[in-house]
Amino acid sequence: MRLVLEKRAEHSRLMTVVSPLLAIGLSLIAGSIMFVMIGVNPAEAIYAFFIEPLTSTWSLEELVVKSAPLVLIAVGLSVCFLSNNWNIGAEGQFTMGAIFGSIIPVLFHGFTGPLALPAMIIMGALGGMFWASIPAFLKTRFGTNEILTSLMLVYIAQYILDYLVRGPWRDPDGFNFPESRLYEADHTMWMLGDGRMHFGAIFALVAVIAVWFMLTKTIKGFEIKVMGQTPRAGQFAGFSRKGIVWFSFLISGAFAGIAGIVEVSGTIGQLTPVISPGYGFTAIIVAFLGRLNPIGILFAGLLLGLSYIGGEAAQVTLGMTDKTTSVFQGMLLFFVLACDTLILYKVRLVKPQPTAGGAHERV
Amino acid sequence: MRKIFGLAATAALALGLSAGTSLAEDPLKVGFIYVGPISDHGWSYQHDQGRQAIEKHFGDKVETTYIESVSEGPDAERAIERLARSGHDLIFTTSFGYMNPTIKVAKKYPDVKFEHATGYKQADNVATYGGRFYEGRYILGQIAAKTSEKGVAGYIGSFPIPEVVRGINSFMLGAQSVNPDFKVKTVWVNSWYDPGKEADAAKALVDQGVDIMLQHTDSPAPLQVAQERGIKGFGQASDMIKFAPEAQLTAIVDDWGPYYIERVQAVLDGTWKGGDTWGGLDKEMVHMAPYTNLPEDVAADAAKTEAAIRSGDLHPFTGPINKQDGSAWLKEGEVADDGALLGMNFYVEGIDDKLPQ
Repeated sequence: MRLVLEKRAEHSRLMTVVSPLLAIGLSLIAGSIMFVMIGVNPAEAIYAFFIEPLTSTWSLEELVVKSAPLVLIAVGLSVCFLSNNWNIGAEGQFTMGAIFGSIIPVLFHGFTGPLALPAMIIMGALGGMFWASIPAFLKTRFGTNEILTSLMLVYIAQYILDYLVRGPWRDPDGFNFPESRLYEADHTMWMLGDGRMHFGAIFALVAVIAVWFMLTKTIKGFEIKVMGQTPRAGQFAGFSRKGIVWFSFLISGAFAGIAGIVEVSGTIGQLTPVISPGYGFTAIIVAFLGRLNPIGILFAGLLLGLSYIGGEAAQVTLGMTDKTTSVFQGMLLFFVLACDTLILYKVRLVKPQPTAGGAHERV
Repeated sequence: MRKIFGLAATAALALGLSAGTSLAEDPLKVGFIYVGPISDHGWSYQHDQGRQAIEKHFGDKVETTYIESVSEGPDAERAIERLARSGHDLIFTTSFGYMNPTIKVAKKYPDVKFEHATGYKQADNVATYGGRFYEGRYILGQIAAKTSEKGVAGYIGSFPIPEVVRGINSFMLGAQSVNPDFKVKTVWVNSWYDPGKEADAAKALVDQGVDIMLQHTDSPAPLQVAQERGIKGFGQASDMIKFAPEAQLTAIVDDWGPYYIERVQAVLDGTWKGGDTWGGLDKEMVHMAPYTNLPEDVAADAAKTEAAIRSGDLHPFTGPINKQDGSAWLKEGEVADDGALLGMNFYVEGIDDKLPQ
């Protein structure tokens, strides 16, 4: 006997809405069991995770700081994934965006004034697009697998950053430590509020709305979805296969690149060997958690951000280790994805059939 | 938004002030930020040992908190600010990459005191501290040159920052004092803590024929590889003898406890001041684990060198020393000053590898 997942003929609209709530409920239950087992009051733990971060302006702002790059990158990725282009290298495009954007504050730090920052953002977008264009070119020209090329380019981008901050871009006043000069005020992202929240949040919001509009209201959106699901049908309709590869890679590269320069100029204030705690990879989770829907991605990004901020809060207020908090984050993701799977599929027990070919049968 | 935040900040400030004055018996809250997990059995583990030493020494008078595995990117500032906001009076940020975030948060919270490990930027409420681990490296160099049959050591580096480069140089100077032709092969893993990568690097080095191993990364993985492959090695940051009972010859142990206790006491007494502390064997910030698996004379010589460094009779960086390219750096008898040591970005003569720049 074995278990198989069988596609449901039609899925319940109600469950589509209820499933995330169900998932959160299930992870609260499973999490509570774990908290009891390690001797922590589950009510306090859940409060620290989900409620406490929402009770102060500071942590709300921090939530936005943490979620904005995730949302911005994930929205771009959703265009790729919907059109069946597997861009796994957003982390590299993020890094390249940060590097290109930083050309101004590092090499031309005398160029200040109101135009400096917009120029940096444009450079950042170009950097991300440039890096994303490599897998796009290889795919359209040679049929190379873009999963591999985009992923490998992440490491190359990180080594280029590493080389720059240790070598030519090293801060002349930095005692040879691997970091660039600190950016001038004119090269620092416009701030919102008194904390660390900056204009990057606006970019994320604009991206969500723009991509939502494109996907639902324009021919381009239709083209993206058709080319993702049935490229043959799309070609009959006159859509270009290569065109969509280029379009989706460039748009996601631009978004990741903007996220990169915004993060460096807004949150860090200089280039360092490490500029991202894996935003480009986490954004892949966010994109799927949000079901490749821009509005869903917005909430998914906030939820994931909350689980990080809450996990940190739990370490401080309850003395939990970061292992516990990451197990809890894992549970949350597991239940969300499992519940989503069960909307589309049902589980069925299959008895083995004693046929000759049975042994080779795979589902 | 801005207004609400302003109000909240004022309220928080008022609360913080009143807590500081009226409730004098409240325990002093001491926070720590670690770059790795406390289970790394290396760098972060030793800082956590220091935290526990504070708890043991002061009992109810202090309350300690830590956040572990905080990446050195954009998350660091939030983690530090979280501790500052939640009423911590003294915060230790224990990795180089926390330097600018620490300074930024310190500006916002002038009443909170910060201690940043291995950095160089200070402020009225930010002190820096670090250990002269290179002193231990010199001893390792002498032991390695006496123990290695092939005269080649494998060295696993994290990042080519001055701290690490200084360690390699000091090791080589120690080794050259015994065997002028001693060689070292270096592999950079670009991480402070990545047991998988560290072990791979160690295996590659063994395959290249090194018969003694040391590392400037935080996990015991390289030493475990040494144990498996039947060569010798050294523990890093922590006494790792239980991971490699036959392979470990000694270990450079970071002992933060005494310094942490001293600094907490200073806050309690109201005598805390910024500044820089760079302590070595003399201040007990650096310890050598017992010399084991060694012939008696080698162990005795190592102990002698250790005593000479502790008393100040021997400084590992004493001329004549040439740079890698053969140009003169220190004249006969000249001792490198701390500034030169802190910003060191070149290899000394006799190292064949190229320093990643």
